[in-house]
Amino acid sequence: MKFIDWAYNMMDNKKYKYSVFAVIFVIMAVIPLFSDNYILSVLWSALFYMLLALGLNIIVGYCGMCDLGYAAKFALGAYTTGVLIKSFGWNFWLTLPVSVIVSVIAAIIIGAPTLKLRSDYLAIVTLGFAEIVRITARNLEITGSATGIVGIARPKFFGLHLTQITHWYYVFLFLVILFIFVSNRIRNSRFGRALTYIREDEDAAQAMGVNTTLYKLYAYIIGAVLGGITGSFYAVRMAAISPGSFDFTQSANIMLAVILGGMGKIPGVIAGAAFFAIFPEVFRDVPIIGDMRMLFFGLLLIIVMITRPQGLWPERRKRER
Amino acid sequence: MSLSEVALQQLINGLILGSFYALIALGYSMVYGIIKLLNFAHGDIYMTGAFACLSVFGVLSVIIPGPGGIICSIIAAMIIAGILGYLAQRFAYRPLLGAPRLSLLITAIGVSLVIYNFIMVITNGKASYFESGLDNSAGVHIGDIKITYIQIVLIAVSALLMIGLTLFIGQTMTGKAMRAIALDQDTCRLMGINVNKIIGITFIIGSALAAIAGGLACVYYGNVQYSMGYTMGIKAFTSAVIGGIGSIPGAMLGGLLLGLLEAVGTQFLTYLGLSGSAWKDVFAFGILILILILKPNGLLGKSEIERM
Repeated sequence: MKFIDWAYNMMDNKKYKYSVFAVIFVIMAVIPLFSDNYILSVLWSALFYMLLALGLNIIVGYCGMCDLGYAAKFALGAYTTGVLIKSFGWNFWLTLPVSVIVSVIAAIIIGAPTLKLRSDYLAIVTLGFAEIVRITARNLEITGSATGIVGIARPKFFGLHLTQITHWYYVFLFLVILFIFVSNRIRNSRFGRALTYIREDEDAAQAMGVNTTLYKLYAYIIGAVLGGITGSFYAVRMAAISPGSFDFTQSANIMLAVILGGMGKIPGVIAGAAFFAIFPEVFRDVPIIGDMRMLFFGLLLIIVMITRPQGLWPERRKRER
Repeated sequence: MSLSEVALQQLINGLILGSFYALIALGYSMVYGIIKLLNFAHGDIYMTGAFACLSVFGVLSVIIPGPGGIICSIIAAMIIAGILGYLAQRFAYRPLLGAPRLSLLITAIGVSLVIYNFIMVITNGKASYFESGLDNSAGVHIGDIKITYIQIVLIAVSALLMIGLTLFIGQTMTGKAMRAIALDQDTCRLMGINVNKIIGITFIIGSALAAIAGGLACVYYGNVQYSMGYTMGIKAFTSAVIGGIGSIPGAMLGGLLLGLLEAVGTQFLTYLGLSGSAWKDVFAFGILILILILKPNGLLGKSEIERM
């Protein structure tokens, strides 16, 4: 706990904050020069989880809504891109806006009717919707049924064919920085403060004139869009997607990363995501722990909720002036 | 078979499925009604009940084979699931009763993960088969429609349990206390009701009902797997929502209705040329979303404002 507080103070101190971030990203940027493909692919999956966790953080962390089907949001992006490239021969970069539009539509369909209801209804509706998406993807022919879509063409970026793991590492590193930037801008905006207010006390927020349903819907849409974009990049990075990658375990993992890391706190969310990507790799060869890791995560979740309900590294908002 | 007979046969299938949903939905609804917790782990308690029944019967069938052994195994499963539900309530939920509801829900997900993965690890992720020694296909014929004895027993048991629970909630002091706690916890404390004890009893009853459903699923389907609780849990919750969450008759009605809709819907999809079994979950979850849009308080639920 002492280390966490120390790290927290470093991160929160205006003087050090940017230099700490800069150092971390310089280290991240030079890692590919020294490491082999295995380490890079583990780090890539850490970056990938960070993207998902940052997206879900807008919904869960900032606004306090419980979304148990985040895998569906990124499945929608992945399948939109996969189908458009594979069946219609689109250019990857052109599929991105489509996947954003699909995410927005899905978020409105799910969010608009449910967000004004009791908060836990959203949890179960998102869960149901995630199952609908997964089963539909498994049953439709255009999405490749149970085997999924294979052989999605890798895109070019200014003539550079993105095929190496190193390329993707940098692409995702760039995306993480972009998402952090977006999250930070949202957090420090009028909109972000309204979301925090809704999370802390929805009734009071409403009494103060915050249109809670609308703001929750906006937050939900933004989270879905970030998930959709991540999904699109995931599809071309993996070149193959299958319904099995978007099941409840995936949603639960992302949720755990956000909650254990610290709801709403960006460095906490990133640390949580990194932990969830790297931990299984480290313990993969240890037979018992490898199988039982979700059991430990479940226990950890209960303990954290009881002892530190704000997450291991919670957000401590400074007084707004 | 003629069209009407197919419809009747599906009606029976739907009734069976609906009884399962209803038994599990009761646990969801009771817990939700009393502490406003969406007990995410309830589906896993149902699954644990099924496994408990299977393991106990595995030992017991040597001494008492046949229906007697099955009944004893189901009772043992009820006890085990009841203890599990109580432990979850005692150690995971009770400390958080005053906390925001999101924390409580997340804790419930944690409990669900623990149970689910624990059973997965000890069963190696494999499905087990329940050898009841009974003839599952024996039954009575009415025209071309067949009702097996097991189906009759299943429907009768569910009906009896539901009547018993309604009487319990409506007539006993404990039931009265449950209804009172659902209205106002703090006032109940002032009136000398042991709130924690009553909440514990609610969990035990809900879990025991889920275990009965699990035991009956053992006998009826014969196939027990660690993942069986997940879909069943969501669908039972859907049933509770359809009927109006927090309402006991609502949970029963919702369960039966969802079972019937699913059976009829599957048949309907097959007529449309789609694979009914592949799409039936989509159908059920679609209904959930539709109900929440059109009638969010369910069929028998009262409208209420959250947390004011």
